[in-house]
Amino acid sequence: MTSVVVLDYGSGNLRSAERAVARTGADVTVTSDLDAAAAADGLFVPGVGAYAACMAGIEQLGAGPVIAERVAAGKPVIGVCVGMQIFFDSGVEHGVETKGLGLLPGVVSKLDAARIPHMGWNTVEIPDNSEVFQGLPADVRFYFVHSYAARDLDLLKSAGATVTTASHDRPFAAAVELGSLTVAQFHPEKSADAGYAVLRNWVAGL
Amino acid sequence: MTVAVRVIPCLDVDAGRVVKGVNFVDLRDAGDPVELAAAYDAAGADELTFLDVTASSDARGTMLDVVRRTAESVFIPLTVGGGVRSPGDVDVLLRAGADKVGVNTAAIARPALISEIAERFGNQVLVLSLDVRRTAEQPGGRSAGQPGGRSAGQPSGWEVTTHGGRRSAGLDAIEWARTVAELGAGEILLNSMDADGTKAGFDLDLIRAVRAVVGIPVIASGGAGAVEHFPPAVAAGADAVLAASVFHFGDLSIGEVKDSLRAAGSPVR
Repeated sequence: MTSVVVLDYGSGNLRSAERAVARTGADVTVTSDLDAAAAADGLFVPGVGAYAACMAGIEQLGAGPVIAERVAAGKPVIGVCVGMQIFFDSGVEHGVETKGLGLLPGVVSKLDAARIPHMGWNTVEIPDNSEVFQGLPADVRFYFVHSYAARDLDLLKSAGATVTTASHDRPFAAAVELGSLTVAQFHPEKSADAGYAVLRNWVAGL
Repeated sequence: MTVAVRVIPCLDVDAGRVVKGVNFVDLRDAGDPVELAAAYDAAGADELTFLDVTASSDARGTMLDVVRRTAESVFIPLTVGGGVRSPGDVDVLLRAGADKVGVNTAAIARPALISEIAERFGNQVLVLSLDVRRTAEQPGGRSAGQPGGRSAGQPSGWEVTTHGGRRSAGLDAIEWARTVAELGAGEILLNSMDADGTKAGFDLDLIRAVRAVVGIPVIASGGAGAVEHFPPAVAAGADAVLAASVFHFGDLSIGEVKDSLRAAGSPVR
């Protein structure tokens, strides 16, 4: 049975992530145990709230190297919402720049939009070579709730990433697939059947 | 903007049971909030809001159990409001599986609560609930900011109320909306106590007046009685629409409301 660890580092709606991954049939464990995080077939990194607080939680647990080693070794990792944003070089919130894990290029910055937070169900532009969005209709919607995002799409593409975009007045990265790393700005665990399909695709690839 | 207009059913929960009567088809137990939540999820609801109307504090554990059981089986966002007085209360609800938490009276008593919650959990978890009524002198149909629309009650013509609209909080509603957005609320649940229960439509002037002063999402509530009532609320500036009894009694379905919004040119899921 495919094993997935949901990383407990003090952030995120862990129970929702656990239930949503379990729905795909995977064997899910919510834990802060880094050996378990290293050994699992897939690692789920949640995250809500402030960028700096999430990075502080990752550092306090000492999870950064384990996550980086997994990505380097081609072992699947998925990051969601702020758990996506921390994979970038840095995040800027309220004028304070916080260093991220640096596994994806670019800075996470405030959305340039009339209505912030970006809250609700939005459509995405899915590139043909995406694996996690396979089989989903073009008009599918996912649940977003965030004020910050990775917005330098060209930088991501030039790094060879598969970038799924969404637009809230202006485009931003809704999801990125690069090697064994998958990240999503929306909440698959709160996106009903569409989110389930993404998680099912991810688990199927483990 | 392509984000869809959210259609949100609201359930009043007292000691673990849905109150204000529910007449939803094909339910084994219409009083069970978990079963009703699943039915609304299946019907296409974009979010769910539980309002804990339990008067006694010892029944809070029952509400947490309801939240836990709902989060087990329903994979759409869940907001829980009622009786939230501290960041600790927010923490307990989020851990039980709530995605957002509604705050109302406690923030009126102590506005710093808003920033305390926003700093600890992020703006996105905080739905500031606002129960608004027109002050006596304001004639209907005038929006805030118009020279003739001012009254002796409050400068904008709208005031904040507590206790289900029965008591004035002594605050100008439009000014309070601006304040809560500045303090870090993630969105405003804007409930018109004048329109609530009338089924005569949303208070569009109120939606416009609040929309004009905040950049955060606004959820329109109060007065929905027919599908035609929803598109004007969106045109007035609402990002989401919330209703209770019209959904519970089957007067309107989530799908019908979405069809009406779609026909008016709004994106829906």
